[in-house]
Amino acid sequence: MATVTKKKEIPRQPMPEQDPEDRVGNFDEVPYGFTEELATLEAQRCILCKNAKCVAACPVNIDIPGFVALIQQGKFLEAARRIKQDNALPAVCGRVCPQEEQCEGSCVIGIKHAPVAIGRLERFAADYERRMGAVTIPEIPPKTGKRVAVVGAGPAGLTVAGDMILKGHEVTVFEALQGPGGVLMYGIPEFRLPKEIVRAEVDYLKQLGVEFVMDYVVGRNSTIRELLDEEGYHTVFIGTGAGLPSFMEVPGENLIGVYSANEYLTRANLMKAYLFPEYDTPPIRRQRVAVIGGGNVAMDSARTALRLGGDVTVVYRRAREQMPARAEEVHHAEQEGVKFMLLNNPTRVVGDQHHRVVGMECIRMELGEPDDSGRRRPVAVKGSEFVMDLDTVIVAIGNKPNPLVPRTTPELKTTKWGTVVADAKTMATSIPGVFAGGDIVSGAATVILAMGQARLAARAMDAYLHGDSVANPAADSP
Amino acid sequence: MFEITKKREVAPNVHEIVIHAPAVAKKARPGQFIILMVDEKSERVPYTLCDWDREAGTVTLVVQEVGQSSRKLVLLRAGDQVAHLVGPLGVPLEIERFGTVALAAGCYGIGAILGIARAMKAAGNRVIAIVEADSHYLHYFRAELEAAADEFIQTTIDGSENIKGHSIDVVKRKLENGESLDRVIAVGCLFMMMLAGNVTKPFGVKTLVALNPIMLDGTGMCGACRVAVGEQTLFACVDGPFFDAHQVDWSELRDRRVAYSDDEIQAVARTDVAAPRRERAHARTA
Repeated sequence: MATVTKKKEIPRQPMPEQDPEDRVGNFDEVPYGFTEELATLEAQRCILCKNAKCVAACPVNIDIPGFVALIQQGKFLEAARRIKQDNALPAVCGRVCPQEEQCEGSCVIGIKHAPVAIGRLERFAADYERRMGAVTIPEIPPKTGKRVAVVGAGPAGLTVAGDMILKGHEVTVFEALQGPGGVLMYGIPEFRLPKEIVRAEVDYLKQLGVEFVMDYVVGRNSTIRELLDEEGYHTVFIGTGAGLPSFMEVPGENLIGVYSANEYLTRANLMKAYLFPEYDTPPIRRQRVAVIGGGNVAMDSARTALRLGGDVTVVYRRAREQMPARAEEVHHAEQEGVKFMLLNNPTRVVGDQHHRVVGMECIRMELGEPDDSGRRRPVAVKGSEFVMDLDTVIVAIGNKPNPLVPRTTPELKTTKWGTVVADAKTMATSIPGVFAGGDIVSGAATVILAMGQARLAARAMDAYLHGDSVANPAADSP
Repeated sequence: MFEITKKREVAPNVHEIVIHAPAVAKKARPGQFIILMVDEKSERVPYTLCDWDREAGTVTLVVQEVGQSSRKLVLLRAGDQVAHLVGPLGVPLEIERFGTVALAAGCYGIGAILGIARAMKAAGNRVIAIVEADSHYLHYFRAELEAAADEFIQTTIDGSENIKGHSIDVVKRKLENGESLDRVIAVGCLFMMMLAGNVTKPFGVKTLVALNPIMLDGTGMCGACRVAVGEQTLFACVDGPFFDAHQVDWSELRDRRVAYSDDEIQAVARTDVAAPRRERAHARTA
C-alpha cells in the first residue's frame, strides 16, 4: 500500500459491509467501517486543498483537510479531536449525513474521479476514538453563571448543549421521551445508526456537565415563559423537531394497517419492538408492505419492514433521480430486496369489513414540466389505476412540526405551516432570548442541517448572554 | 424514577395507584392523561389522571389489569418505583359554568370523573354523577363521588343493586322527563361512550367523550392515535382526549382499538400469572 505514490491512482475505498442476505435477518449495523489501513489509504487520496470547497459545503464547517491530514499521518485520535472542534456528534454525522450533496459533492477530486470518502473517514476517526476509550474531556472555561434551557434532546438540542457548555454556561436539556437522542433514537434504525453510538455521544455531553431531564414536556410541565421568568433560565433553545405525520389525504387512510413512518419506526427503534417479547411493545410484523415516499425515512421504514419478514415495495410518485434519499440508502435497500414502484401514486387504500387493509389503488404517473422545486412534476396517466394486494401501508411523506410548544406559547411567531419563525443567521425567534433550530424551524430536513442551525443559534445565544443585541425577526414581519 | 406511595384494590381488578410525580401534579388539570412505562422495556401506556395533590406532589390513577403492561403495573406495591411517567398530556377539559352537567362513567371512567366532578362543581355547575358497573361489587369511589357531586346515581347492568341498566339510560330518562342538561360527559369503554352519543344526539345536548386509542409517544409525533371526527382526522394526544360524541366515527375507532390485540396475546401468553381476558373494548390500556 505504501508503494502507491500518485494519489489519483488510488481508487475510492469501499467500506466493508454485512452481506445483504445475512443482514436482512438481523438489525446489526450494515457497514463495518474502515479499518486503519483502508482509512489511511483513502485519506491519501485527499490533496488537502488550501481553500477547501468541502469545508464551505459542510453545514457545520468541519476542518476537513485538517482532520484528513491527521489520518494520513496515522494520528487518528488527533483527527477525531479536530473534528470535534466543530461537530459534537461525528460518529452520528459520519453515518447519516448526505455527503454526496455536501462535502463530497464539492470535492475537487470528484470532478475527474470519485470524491474522497469524507463521511467514511469522519466515521472512522470518531469510532476509533470511542473504541480506544480515548475520549477526552476538553478544558471548560470558568462558569459564567448563565443558565441555558434546551427543549428537546435531538440533534439540534444536543449540538446547542455541547456548544453552550463549552462556553462556560450551565445547560439543562428537557426531553419528553424516556431517553435523549430524539430522531437518532426513535427514527433512524439500529442497522444504520447503532443506539450505543448515540448513547456514547450523549454520555460525552453528560461528562462535560450537561444536565438531562427526561419525561419532561415543555409546554405542559413548564411553558417557555415559565422557564425564563420563574425557573431562572437566561435563554431557551427550542429544538422540538418533527411532529404529527403528514398523510396522503386519500380515502382509506385511517384503516387498520396504515401507519405513519413515525409510528412504525418509533415502535421498532425507540421501543425495541423487534426484540418483542423481551420488550413489551409488539412490532408490526406483516406480509405485504408498501412504503409511500422516496426519502431516507421511507428507506428506513422499508428496510425495517424487510427485517421483520415482509415483502416490501416502495411506492414513489416521481422517478429514481428525484428520490430525496441518500444514494447509499437506496442502494442498500435495493441490495436487500426492497422493490421499487416508481412513478406511481396511491389514490385509495382498500379495506375489508373490519377496517383492515387489503390493498391499495395506485395510478401511474409520467414526468411533465418542472415545478417550483425544479424537479419535473409528476402527472397522472388517466385510466391507469390498478390495485396492489397488501396488508400494510407505511406513509413516509413527511411531518408537520411538533405542535406542543407553539400551541402553548402564544407570543411565539409561527408560519402557516406551524414552523417557528427564526432569523436565518441567529436563529432568534420573536421572543427575546428564545432561539430555535432543526425541524421545528425548517419543517422536515436532515440531522446535519438541524445541527448547522443549532450551531448558529449557540453562537447567537452566547452573544445574547454577553449582552450583545441579537437580530430578532419580531421586527420584520414575514 | 417515580415512587408508588399508595396502592389499593378498590374493586376486583380495579386498582387505585398513587404515584409521586411533582412536575405532573403541579400542572394537572381535569381531563388530562399521563404516559407511563413500568420499566425500561415496557410499553408507553396512557392513563387518565383521576386525581392529584399539588402539595404532596402525587397523582392518582385507576388501573385495570387487561394486558401485559397493566399487569406489570398492578403487580407493583407501595414503595416500588416506575421508570417513566410523563404528563400532564392532552388538552384540559373545558371547565365553565354551563348549568347542569351530567357525568356518565363506567370501568376506569368512574375514577376518571372524580377530578372532573370537583372542577365542574367548583365552577358553579350542578353536577350529576352517574356510574355503572356490571354488578354491585364492582363499584368503587362511592364516598368520593358522593361528596364531589350534587347528585350521585349508581346503576348495575345485572340489576343486583340500585338501578338496573347503563348509566346512559339514566341520562336518557332524565332528558325524556324534560330535565334540562346543559352538557354530558361520558368516560368509559368505547361501547358505553358510543351509546352516550346516540342517546343525547336527538336531544341536541352537547356530549363529550374521552377517547383513548392506542398511543405511543403521546406528544404529537407518531400519529397512532388518529381519530376521524366530523370531516377531519384529529389526534387524541394533542387535539383530545375529549371529542364531540356526535361527530366521532365510532366504527372505525372500535376497530383501531383492537389493532394490536393479536400481537399482544403473544405477550400475555408468556407470563405465569393468569390474566383475565375481559372484552378488549373494556380495556383502558392498549
